[in-house]
Amino acid sequence: MVDRTVEIELKLLFEAIYLKYSYDFREYSGASLKRRVLLALREFGCETVSALQQRILHEPQVFAELLQYLTIPVTEMFRDPAYFRALREHVVPVLRTYPSLKIWVAGCSTGEEIYSLAILLHEEGLLERSMLYATDINPRSLERARQGIFDINHVRKYTRNYQLAGGTRSFADYYTAAYDSVLIDRRLRDKVTFADHSLATDSVFAETQLISCRNVLIYFNKALQDRAFGLFHESLCRRGFLGLGSKETVEFSGYADRFEPFAKEERIFRKT
Amino acid sequence: MSSPSLGSSVTGRRVDAVVIGTSAGGLEALSAVVADLPADFRLPLLVVQHVPESGPTQLAEIFSRKTALRVREAEDKEAIAGGTLYFAAPGYHLMIEQDLTLALSQDDPVHYSRPSIDVLFESAADVWGERLAGVLMTGANEDGAAGLLAIQRAGGIAIVQDPEEAEVDIMPLAALQRLVPDHLLPLRGIAELLRALE
Repeated sequence: MVDRTVEIELKLLFEAIYLKYSYDFREYSGASLKRRVLLALREFGCETVSALQQRILHEPQVFAELLQYLTIPVTEMFRDPAYFRALREHVVPVLRTYPSLKIWVAGCSTGEEIYSLAILLHEEGLLERSMLYATDINPRSLERARQGIFDINHVRKYTRNYQLAGGTRSFADYYTAAYDSVLIDRRLRDKVTFADHSLATDSVFAETQLISCRNVLIYFNKALQDRAFGLFHESLCRRGFLGLGSKETVEFSGYADRFEPFAKEERIFRKT
Repeated sequence: MSSPSLGSSVTGRRVDAVVIGTSAGGLEALSAVVADLPADFRLPLLVVQHVPESGPTQLAEIFSRKTALRVREAEDKEAIAGGTLYFAAPGYHLMIEQDLTLALSQDDPVHYSRPSIDVLFESAADVWGERLAGVLMTGANEDGAAGLLAIQRAGGIAIVQDPEEAEVDIMPLAALQRLVPDHLLPLRGIAELLRALE
C-alpha cells in the first residue's frame, strides 16, 4: 500500500493557506507542488507537513517565505527566442491593424517577459499605442519586476536571446549598467502596469489583443487550467492571440475548440 | 550472466509501469533494453535520458525506428497509455500525477539535470508504489540514486545495470552505494526482465 499521509497533510495545508491568506493552491498540479513543499520543510526545519501547517497558520512571515517556494520564478528575457520571433513576424502585422493595444503577461514573475515584449513592440513602432499589464501572485516578484533591475551576469544570455529573437538594434540600448546590476530603460518601465492578480481566484480586468502566459499553466490541474483559459477567452478580443509555454497547449483543455493553432511550433493560439 | 529463472522471480508481481533513467552512454543502453519489446507490451515506459536543455531533441524520432512500441515526447496533462515509451522533454522535469497523467515542471535542476531522474522516480514511486519497476543504467552523475531508493522504499522493484558492463559506471555505482537492488543485471538481463514483467 502506498502511504497517503503526506497527500492528506498537503490537502489540509493548502486548505489552511486558502482560508487564512486567500491564496488558492488547491487546484495546482500535485506532483510539483508536493516537491516544493518538501523542499521547504527542510528549509524551515519542520519534520512534517502538519508541523509546517501550524507555523503557517500562526506566523504570517513563514507563509511569506513559503510563498517564495510555491511560486518559483524561472524566467529570462526573450526566453525561447523562436516564440518572440514568431510574435514579431506573424502576430505584430495583425496587431498593427488595431488603433490601440492592450497586452497582458499573466504570471509575469520578475518581469523579464513583459520587458522583452515592450522592447519588441518599441522596435515595431507599437509601444506608444500599447498598454501593458503584467500580473503575478507573488508580491516580491512583482516588486522586483516593477524595479526592472536584473543581474548583470544574465546580460550575455539575454543579448543572445534578443538577437535570436530578431532584435533589430543593440540590446544595450535598453538598459543601464550599474555595478552588478542592469536597470531597464525608464521608457519601457513606464509603459507597464504591474498588478497582483490570481488566475485561480480573480476575474478579467481588461479587453486584450494578446495574452502571453508561459510556463504557468503546467503548474495547474485541468480544472484550474480551464478556469485560466476561460479568463483568457473572456479577456481576448475577437481573433485575439494567446501565447503559451513551449510544452503547453489548449488542445487537451475544455477550450480546445475555442482556440486554433496560429504558430503551432511556437505555441501561439488564436481565438476562433 | 542472465539466469533462466529471471522471469519467474518477478512473475506473480503485478507491475503497472516502468521508469528508466540514464545519462552518458544511455542511447545504446536504452536501445538494447527496449528494442525487442512487443507492440502490445502492456506497460508504459517513462524515460529520463539526460540531454542538453536547449534545442530540440530527436529522441522520440530516433527511438520510433528502434522499437515496436509507440514513442512520444511527454506532454503536460497527457494520460499515460500502456505500450508507450515516453521521453522527458529537455528543460522540463517529468512527473506523474495521482490521476495517472503526466506533469511537466521547470523547477530548479536536480543534480544539474532537468529533466532529473530523481524527480521522475520519486513522483512515480508516490503514485505506483509497489507496482513500479525502476531501472537505472549507464551515466556520469549521481542523479537517480535517491529516486531508485524511493522506489524501493515504496515497495517497487529496483533494477540497476551491472556497472562492470555500463559504458559509464558512475550512475549505477552511486545507486549501489545507497541500496541493494532487487536486480543487478547486464542490459540483456534487463531486457529479459522487462519482457517478463508482462
